[in-house]
Amino acid sequence: MEEKQNFQTSLDFNQNIFKPSTREEIVEIVKNCYKKSTPLEISGLQSKNKIGRNFQAEKTLDLSNYKGIIDYKPEELYIKVKAGTPISEIEEVLKKNNQQLAFEPNDFGYLFSGESNSGSIGGVVACNFAGSRRFKVGSVRDHLLGFQGVNGKGETIKSGGTVVKNVTGYDLCKILSGSFGTLTVLTEISIKVLPKPETSKTLIIKNPHVKKALDYLGQSLSSSTDPSGGVFYPDYFGKNFILNDLTHDGGLTGIRIEGPTNSVDQRIDRLSKELALINNEYSVLDNVQTEIFWSKTKNLEVFKNSKSNLIRIVVPISETLQVIQKLKKDDLNYFIDWGGSLIWMAFDHLNSKILSEIKEITKNHQGYYTLIKIEDDFKASADIFTIDPIKYKISEKIKKSFDPKRIFNPGKMYTGI
Amino acid sequence: MSSLQMPKIDISILSKKDKIVSDIGRIINPKNILSHPDELRPFETDGLTAYRQMPLVVVMPETVEEVSNILKYCNDNKVKVVPRGAGTGLSGGSLPLEDCVLMAMGKFNKIIEIDYKNRCVVTQPCVTNLAITHAVQDKGFYYAPDPSSQIACSIGGNVAENSGGVHSLKYGATTNNLLGIEVVLMDGTITKFGGKAMDSEGYDFLGLMTGSEGLLGVITEVTVKILKSPEIVKAALIGFPTIEDAGNCVAEIIAEGCIPAGMEIMDKALTKATNDYSKAGYPTDAEAMMIVEFDGTQHEVETYIEKAKQIAEKNNSSSLKVSKSNEERLKFWAGRKAAFPACGVLAPDYMCMDGSIPRGKLAEVLREITRLSKKYDLPVANAFHAGDGNLHPLIMFDANDKNSLKKCEDFGADILKYCVKVGGALTGEHGVGIEKRELMCEAFNDKDIQQQLTIKVALDPNSLLNPGKVYPILRKCAEEGRVHVHGGKTKFPDIPRF
Repeated sequence: MEEKQNFQTSLDFNQNIFKPSTREEIVEIVKNCYKKSTPLEISGLQSKNKIGRNFQAEKTLDLSNYKGIIDYKPEELYIKVKAGTPISEIEEVLKKNNQQLAFEPNDFGYLFSGESNSGSIGGVVACNFAGSRRFKVGSVRDHLLGFQGVNGKGETIKSGGTVVKNVTGYDLCKILSGSFGTLTVLTEISIKVLPKPETSKTLIIKNPHVKKALDYLGQSLSSSTDPSGGVFYPDYFGKNFILNDLTHDGGLTGIRIEGPTNSVDQRIDRLSKELALINNEYSVLDNVQTEIFWSKTKNLEVFKNSKSNLIRIVVPISETLQVIQKLKKDDLNYFIDWGGSLIWMAFDHLNSKILSEIKEITKNHQGYYTLIKIEDDFKASADIFTIDPIKYKISEKIKKSFDPKRIFNPGKMYTGI
Repeated sequence: MSSLQMPKIDISILSKKDKIVSDIGRIINPKNILSHPDELRPFETDGLTAYRQMPLVVVMPETVEEVSNILKYCNDNKVKVVPRGAGTGLSGGSLPLEDCVLMAMGKFNKIIEIDYKNRCVVTQPCVTNLAITHAVQDKGFYYAPDPSSQIACSIGGNVAENSGGVHSLKYGATTNNLLGIEVVLMDGTITKFGGKAMDSEGYDFLGLMTGSEGLLGVITEVTVKILKSPEIVKAALIGFPTIEDAGNCVAEIIAEGCIPAGMEIMDKALTKATNDYSKAGYPTDAEAMMIVEFDGTQHEVETYIEKAKQIAEKNNSSSLKVSKSNEERLKFWAGRKAAFPACGVLAPDYMCMDGSIPRGKLAEVLREITRLSKKYDLPVANAFHAGDGNLHPLIMFDANDKNSLKKCEDFGADILKYCVKVGGALTGEHGVGIEKRELMCEAFNDKDIQQQLTIKVALDPNSLLNPGKVYPILRKCAEEGRVHVHGGKTKFPDIPRF
């Protein structure tokens, strides 16, 4: 009863959108929703809110006011922030200390609204989408050191900490990463930061053929030149890059090498020899151009203003070619990231028949898909995320253990979860 | 055995031993069931040898279906199950219970597939960590996490404990090098989490299972990623006149943007002990000795070694030697890797602690350990994965002297509490097991632990899989986990309850 009184003094519960600025307020809101079984949509900076299934929520918990850096220790390689803190603000602060978020969070703003919006740290953790360095440094989940959050009963819980080595109890950082706000409202996030490499350069190979590109990528990733990015853009997208050292406007393979300057030059040289490239076949992007090239890649800028549906497909690299050959009909509207394992593919039109084909193909090739952008007419009936029946059952149990009344983002990932 | 509290023994299970043996004999080849006390003896303890308990019976399944059927049988009949890999764990994670079926996974000992195109290895769980590297090294690949027991520890055990190693600083622990697992839940459900593709659909069960210490499922297959071996590796051996200087040097190297492959510190006591033992050529007059290793391409390694040298000199290094050959580099490591046997020469027994702290707190924590060593009148030597803040104090004691073991436990508990106090963690890579179970309240409050127990109950409602591990027993919340409590004594009775 006492808690209820506190709550009434600080917040008006008749409103539909809450914008709390303290954790205590978040706790009160969740407790109240738990008591009344009121569904609650958890929202950050609206950069990725269109990803996921449609669902009904009476109230919205908007975390955009719950922001700020709590603690940043460059020498300890971590930053602790409130969940609503914009990624752009975090990256700005890290840059001053020559550090970065090594997992390169995607900026979905260009895709959904035509302009940059890299969202909040809470949203980035909730979606667990990592950029081009994924195959080398891991995903968002590999950089989440610890969190504090509020579970579906309104209880404040935590796991992990700020040190990199920590195996105390279950690793809840992992289960919350990529849970799309269906398990816990994240409040505080401790994330690992890493030094920015002294130099980044990109080997650009001019070639229009996906098969050849995948050979280049496979060979590079298995070489001791240690690349940190590997991407292929087919002809269709080649023209999107206008850079001093990239005058070619057809299909291209880009391989990024990072580290101390002399080592980068040596490795680029070695890699071009290992791949048996001839002089007019490739060019090298310097630091500045490299930054632009990979930023456009992680931000999916080639799909900016596109009206098409967009699917994110992840398969083992050995399967990529076959998956593309099976999926690709007439257009060439896709590109490959993660050194060959991630396919971003646009479809002008989607329907359940096409989608079940995609599902079958990705499953048969040991992968999975996520529908990122989808036409409104079809969204309500489409499977945005895939899952098998056994994992669905386990997911139900896990959901219940965090959020017994299913108040957080109910149905955002799967019906009934 | 010390005053360790374990879950209440189910007398009815003990009396049904013969029936259980014969029932499981219908699921697996009866030759793979051990029930005579002489056969059970080798399984009574793991790497934490201070605690011993014979299981009711040992079963050694050969297929995932057998694992599933045994678990289903045990679940239906309320029989506790303790999974076991190679039995090298240092926190007592596979310590048997008197009324348990010990599931020894030793027959899952084959590498299933080496897939160079996807840079991964699919293996059964009881293949050793080092065997994976051995299987791929002729093609110039290796598996990065390298716990010091890698010659003996199993990859399934590594997954269960989320094992780290000297090179975790640059390459991460097991969880960061894992692509997929096949796992059997307590109700017999067989499922796969992850696979050869990166990340996975839905909730990250792979991440949840990793480090869950055998409480959530039994691992029957593991897919790990393998890396291309670096072109060259070089190490520097650096002596410092004070621990503070060494600590500052670590922090500065990291802050400069060099991430070494490994960065180890040993205190004077351990430097001397290991040098006497292995003749590694260590600077025994230094208060602290550091080994810092870089890997990569020639230029990269040389650049970083030069930077590290400058930083060390700035921090008053008293000696500095850079390896000129791979043989010399391995000699640098020989002493560090012999830290355990070297302590074995100094005292009848030692207990290896595993706290994790912020790098900047190194000197402070080591001062506290020295103070505690005097207080408890037990010698201690310190090894430290300095780059990632993982501290391994080796407390020397005599297990035959009950008072000495008790003092050692108290000393260890005080160190770990201090690690938590300065912003660190109870365990960096060895796991909680039974060893640090009652200390969980130092790191977590009631709600935190309750949330974890709710997950346990969701997947194992009767708490039959590896009960009595990780979570404290004498607590209100433990009741939800259906762990029965009796008696009054705990391992760390002086720790405040909440």
